[in-house]
Amino acid sequence: MSIPEGPRANLPQRRSLSRRVTSWFNAHPRATLRTLLAGPLGWIGLVYLGSLLVLLLHAFWAKDSFTGKVEPFNWTLDAFIQIASNPVYSTIALRTIGIALLVTITDVLLALPIAYYMARIASPRKRGLLLVAVTMPLWASYLVKVYAWRTILQGNGFLGWALAPFGIEGPGLSEITNAWIVLSYLWLPYMILPIYAGLERIPNSLLEASADLGGRAGMTFRRVIFPQLIPALAAGSIFTFSLSLGDYIVPDLVADAKFIGNVIYDNSALGNFPVAAAFSILPVVVMIGYLLVTRRLGAFDSL
Amino acid sequence: MVESPLVRALLRAATALVLAFIYLPLIILAVYAFNESKLAAWPPTGFTLDWFGEAAANPAIRTALLNSLVAATAATLIALVLGTLAALAVQRYDFFGKNTVSFLFVLPIALPGVVTGIALQSSFKLFGVGLGLPTIIIAHATFCVVVAYNNIVARLRRLPRSPEEASADLGADSWMTFRRITLPGVRTALLSGGLLAFALSFDEVIVTLFAAGAGTKTIPVWIFNAMQRPNELPVVNVVALLLVLISVIPVWIAQRLSGGEIARGGR
Amino acid sequence: MKRAKGFALMAGLALLVAACGGSSTSSEPASSEKPAGWLESVGAGEGALNLIIWEGYAERGAVDPAYDWVTGFEAETGCMVNTTSMTDSANGVQLLQSGEYDGGSFSGDASVRLMKAGDVAPVNVGLLANYPNVFGGLKDKAHNSMDGMPYGVPHGRGANVLMWNTAAVTTAPTSWDPVWEGGAAYKGKISVYDSSIYIADAAIHLMATKPELGIKDPYQLNDEQFAAAIALLEVQRDNGAVYWGTAADQITSFASGDLVVGTTWQYQANMLAAEPAIKVDTTLPAEGSTGWSDTWMMATKAAHPNCMYLWMDHMMSAEANAQATVWFGEAPTSEAACEAAEALSPGHCDQFHATDEAYFDKVWYWSTPQADCADDDAATACKDQDAWVEAWTTLRGN
Repeated sequence: MSIPEGPRANLPQRRSLSRRVTSWFNAHPRATLRTLLAGPLGWIGLVYLGSLLVLLLHAFWAKDSFTGKVEPFNWTLDAFIQIASNPVYSTIALRTIGIALLVTITDVLLALPIAYYMARIASPRKRGLLLVAVTMPLWASYLVKVYAWRTILQGNGFLGWALAPFGIEGPGLSEITNAWIVLSYLWLPYMILPIYAGLERIPNSLLEASADLGGRAGMTFRRVIFPQLIPALAAGSIFTFSLSLGDYIVPDLVADAKFIGNVIYDNSALGNFPVAAAFSILPVVVMIGYLLVTRRLGAFDSL
Repeated sequence: MVESPLVRALLRAATALVLAFIYLPLIILAVYAFNESKLAAWPPTGFTLDWFGEAAANPAIRTALLNSLVAATAATLIALVLGTLAALAVQRYDFFGKNTVSFLFVLPIALPGVVTGIALQSSFKLFGVGLGLPTIIIAHATFCVVVAYNNIVARLRRLPRSPEEASADLGADSWMTFRRITLPGVRTALLSGGLLAFALSFDEVIVTLFAAGAGTKTIPVWIFNAMQRPNELPVVNVVALLLVLISVIPVWIAQRLSGGEIARGGR
Repeated sequence: MKRAKGFALMAGLALLVAACGGSSTSSEPASSEKPAGWLESVGAGEGALNLIIWEGYAERGAVDPAYDWVTGFEAETGCMVNTTSMTDSANGVQLLQSGEYDGGSFSGDASVRLMKAGDVAPVNVGLLANYPNVFGGLKDKAHNSMDGMPYGVPHGRGANVLMWNTAAVTTAPTSWDPVWEGGAAYKGKISVYDSSIYIADAAIHLMATKPELGIKDPYQLNDEQFAAAIALLEVQRDNGAVYWGTAADQITSFASGDLVVGTTWQYQANMLAAEPAIKVDTTLPAEGSTGWSDTWMMATKAAHPNCMYLWMDHMMSAEANAQATVWFGEAPTSEAACEAAEALSPGHCDQFHATDEAYFDKVWYWSTPQADCADDDAATACKDQDAWVEAWTTLRGN
């Protein structure tokens, strides 16, 4: 086959090439699919899952106690033995999961009324404003919000000042309840938005039908609205739960407490990488379980 | 409607309270940006604009801001490309393991940032990849794919297939159909997904701390370091306030884009 | 002008290199094979320098323009300084091993580990014009040299001291009692360093209060001694101790009045002194204390070795050493620095006992807990570094 020379000949050649390529793809949908998926799945597979695998390997590697250096391919179960033999790790795990669940419940309770108001009561103009108002804090820096809470909670901060007339001192920065408040605060918009979207999807006719059939507001909510909202609640809870489960900055900065993330971070920062890697398996397993459950509830379609 | 006036009033009050809860910390922060004292004691002791001058004069903040913009832009572009490809595959084809795709994409944001961070860092180290802006971009793109993907897949689901079929019937190849029909159809989804991805990258601190080398600081990393220095806290307040104010712009764009419908995806 | 001065400095260094070339100093390695990271001469700076520091060890005049020993260095050498503060020595070791840094200021519990692991390089002190000025008593110590080779240059030394809010603690304490047995009086208001190395502080208190335990070295503890120290720490924790991870943390909690007594570096007290609203005082309690003698060391794999050498020399200069040690609140490393410190803080070297070895006999420099108790006695066994870190995790996690 001769290759046409010169710029003029080049153009139709290229066009026909692209045409040939696309028509080939048209004829081979499987190949098209593979081409489409190669990039994204390759990225997630190699970069992400590959990295997780590397991390997992570290959990089984020995390390020199004095120098702190990991010895690759020197296999041992020391890290797991350390974690299994010390009850503090399960204490920390339970504390973290407990707070993450508490934060999730708190956020559902806080999000329901405002989302309901936005979706079903507010005028369209007000609804737009409220949406902006709820979304905007998502764009404000996470650290900045944590830091703001530090200034509020510390002894001579805003809260102490506001409570002083009632003879109550500010909480200071070493209360576990602080972590609950601040985490609930941080992830609240992630709960409001999916609930709002879920409520908006419920047709008015359904609620009217319920009312026509004599359903009171409370009963309509329990019997009609709530079941429809489950995918949205599950979707929102993915964020509130996972982000609380993995956080280590909030417990450190506002509560002086240790969460799962702190154990992982501390061990990696203090040079016990195998323990950090081994303990990482716990939140990964918990989260994968959580995702599987929420996927069954339809969360992924409401994400 | 079903809500009684009492329920409506209660809902209105609850909404106001939740909004107050959401905005109180941000307002207090804004006040501290003008506070004379370096200590964040309440009430503030005096008014000053000095910290704005210091923030403006600080070259580290400018460098960090630039790094953040570059990283977020690059990560967003990668995420949009990968997210679009995956969305097309999932929405237009049936294949084994289809349900796993979205599951895989959700993982990088659902798993704790500290796990993602040390996993990426340890494999960068194992394969001798020097840490810096490129590694930050790789890390950010990884967890940004999901928001791009979610937005586009949702839009594709609602996009009628008939124009695409008509295009194919009229002899357009699949690339042209994608360019002329599909892409314009998902344009707003690309924009809102891109905005979210950008925001996610711009605000990410934990993964960035692990993916950034010693010499590369993004804005959140700068803030994180500055928070450990007592004397820089007032400047942090100023930077924080400016970031909140600037964030009005993308939120407004997102709002316009979706025409009252919220950008999907969340974090 | 500044640039010209920089060239002069480099030319001076080059001359010095030439001068040293002929007469090999004792510190140079004997074999012809040079160790990894060894420098024969100091060339032009590479434009950047990534340092692991203790908070306050690289100040840019952000708080007080009189204390700035970084921007001048950057202008002179072109080495732009990037710093990361370590939270404790274990963190410093990990940071250096990440391979991202050119060097840092390490205390004994990090420096020895780094030397033994080969992570830091021996230093050709012949290339450093200011090295001869350093007090002889600070050179060739176990924490900054190995096999007769210096692995870094001294930065300064000091003790961890007891700090208290004078409004809340009205009689000045003379022992560590307020944070230990007397802690019930300050329930929830005790400030403690959040690092496993703090276990040694408990051990020092036990050396005074429970001599029957036979603690000889607070860093090398056998099972019984270690358990006693942990028990003491648990009482402290249950008295509502609050742990500070960074200096800023502690400054915030003292400034807010949340905490009133605890262990500190002089640095935090210095920073708090600038706040009119709060009054604190510090002392070295009678039992003695933990402390540190810090060393600037260069990573074996430093990407910017010339800048690191320039920095090490800079930190031994009278001006920089005086500023840095006054700023942090620790003893300078040379007579010249003491003289320069006079202008910044009269009596500084007396106050921090720069040459007072009797004072530093009461100070146990941070060092690494080792399984063999760091002695030649095969019969003894001690808790090692990992055991300390894990015990700390347990203490803090429950």
